[in-house]
Amino acid sequence: MTFLIYLINGISLGSVYAIIALGYTMVYGIAKMLNFAHGDIIMVGGYISYFAACSFGLPPIAAVFVAIIGCTVLGILIERLAYRPLREAQSLAVLITAIGVSYFLQNGALQLWTSNPKVYNSLVTLQPVSLFNGQLVISGETIMTIAVCIVIMVVLTLLIKHTKLGKAMRAVSEDKGAAQLMGINVNFTISMTFAIGSALAAVAGVLLCSAYPTLTPTTGSMPGIKAFTAAVFGGIGSIPGAFLGGILLGIIEKLSQAYISTQLSDAIVFAVLIIVLSVRPTGLLGKAQREKV
Amino acid sequence: MNTNKKAISSIGCSRKSNTITYIMLIVLFALFQTLASTKNLSRSTSGQLVPICVYVTAAIALNLVVGFSGELSLGHAGFLSIGAFSGVVFFHLFRGIGNETVQLVLCMICAGLLSGLFGFLIGIPVLRLRGDYLAIVTLAFGEIIKNVMNCVYLGYDSAGWHFGFSKSLTLESGGVTVLNGPMGVTGNSKVSSFAVGFVLVLFAFTLIINLINSKTGRAIMAIRDNRIAAESIGLSATKYKMIAFVTSAFLTGMAGALYVMNFASIAPSKFNFNTSILILVFVVMGGMGNLRGSMIAAIILTVLPEKLRAVGDYRMLIYAVLLIAMMLTTQSAKGKIFLGKLAELFRKIAKKDRNGKGAEKV
Repeated sequence: MTFLIYLINGISLGSVYAIIALGYTMVYGIAKMLNFAHGDIIMVGGYISYFAACSFGLPPIAAVFVAIIGCTVLGILIERLAYRPLREAQSLAVLITAIGVSYFLQNGALQLWTSNPKVYNSLVTLQPVSLFNGQLVISGETIMTIAVCIVIMVVLTLLIKHTKLGKAMRAVSEDKGAAQLMGINVNFTISMTFAIGSALAAVAGVLLCSAYPTLTPTTGSMPGIKAFTAAVFGGIGSIPGAFLGGILLGIIEKLSQAYISTQLSDAIVFAVLIIVLSVRPTGLLGKAQREKV
Repeated sequence: MNTNKKAISSIGCSRKSNTITYIMLIVLFALFQTLASTKNLSRSTSGQLVPICVYVTAAIALNLVVGFSGELSLGHAGFLSIGAFSGVVFFHLFRGIGNETVQLVLCMICAGLLSGLFGFLIGIPVLRLRGDYLAIVTLAFGEIIKNVMNCVYLGYDSAGWHFGFSKSLTLESGGVTVLNGPMGVTGNSKVSSFAVGFVLVLFAFTLIINLINSKTGRAIMAIRDNRIAAESIGLSATKYKMIAFVTSAFLTGMAGALYVMNFASIAPSKFNFNTSILILVFVVMGGMGNLRGSMIAAIILTVLPEKLRAVGDYRMLIYAVLLIAMMLTTQSAKGKIFLGKLAELFRKIAKKDRNGKGAEKV
């Protein structure tokens, strides 16, 4: 039974990773850049929803909505100001800019909201479910996280497969130049990708803070790195891959915390990643690209 | 793209350019050494001298991997960490050999070799991968090293060395705990000096330019520019990438040992992802494949946050803005046009000056 509890906790944490990883993977797949500031957008989402709920007394749904709008605007702004001018630059320059943006968000948050941790009141109002005569209690946050993750995953897949925007995204991801020639507005498509990714980050921020209720300016950085790992684990650029990678990473982390060592759980997660990548160099569901000479 | 890369690589290679770099280093060393010995240096700046040497060494070592070998490493702080903590252990092992400087140099060499060995072991899985996958695996290794170092306890007493993994040691009275898990090294003897740091920088620079200008170095760059073409003429990509990676790990390890000996105490969490990124920022700011650029960037960006202390809490915010602004001006299309116009303007002014002076003479 304890195993089941750990497993469910793992799936819940993994769902948060999966939501963040979906944002990572979309941005990577379409703009071909590692957006290291993604983790910090999660943190901003956490703060916005915190203030909306605690200071302005908005109902949870409204607070989440405000956080989503705030993060979407932030994501579009960051893309417009910092990343778009570097569209043609080498990828490392964009990477360093993303790191600069990440420092900026962290230190901006530090100035605005100080480093004192905020105690986050869970925005999830779902009641815990008790199974097997109370031996197994699943918290409302866990159920909500898993449900939201599955919904997001399905909606995203539908969006990418069946809408005009999704088609444009796939085209831009394949070949930017050719997509432009076909009349697709590349800049708009990339902006929309950032908007979706940042909205997902806001949702992830709310869920993460509801489950682990301390909020500091560095809250987002470690989950950000883990989610990035999850995205690579599942094959970066692939949406089902990000989902699978996130869930597996969460389970591995929780189980190794429970059965091996709390201190070493991160090391174990990364070790599994290395083993998987040495066997499958493009991740679990990543497509191997054939090289043409 | 390829011609661009070649142009970059040639900057770091020409003999004239290397002489300039040597002169720059010696002048800087002489300047800071005189300032420090005549007590004209503020306390915070003189405390930065050894870290600057460490970061310069780490930056040019990482440039060998990122700039010349063309592989992105996000875990170089791991090698600093291995160098640092093994350096302390070696320092305790070498008690009583010569004076402190001899001990320091010996422990730096041993720490470097150990770090190089780890570089080799890590390189086996890492160098099989490409691009971003390689980057994420180096990141993973950096995190693993940090986590494992958090669990290592090592000490000695009259009965010999004791080792503990995620449990603290019980030593006899008079025993010394060398590595103390998450606390890292405490009560360390501060023996690093600016002079040793300077020698390390010179050694690292000489080693790297000699490597780059050798047959091996040309092979490394050929593989970076076109792996398939290079392999088709019989160059083993894995072998040459490994040479660059291990050399880089070796030098970074030496820098790590120098670093730890500059502080009384240091925790494993010091060598985290942010430290790896810091070194990478030096490399990219200075220009990939440009060793002198990395050095200058490392010096400026280490001193800058200290100098920004005047503006108090906003310093990291300003640092972030400067980082983004610098990238946008030097790397974006509009920024490049702007810089080109600026250069043209200066050239015109200089030309006018020269013409003006020439006219006067006639």
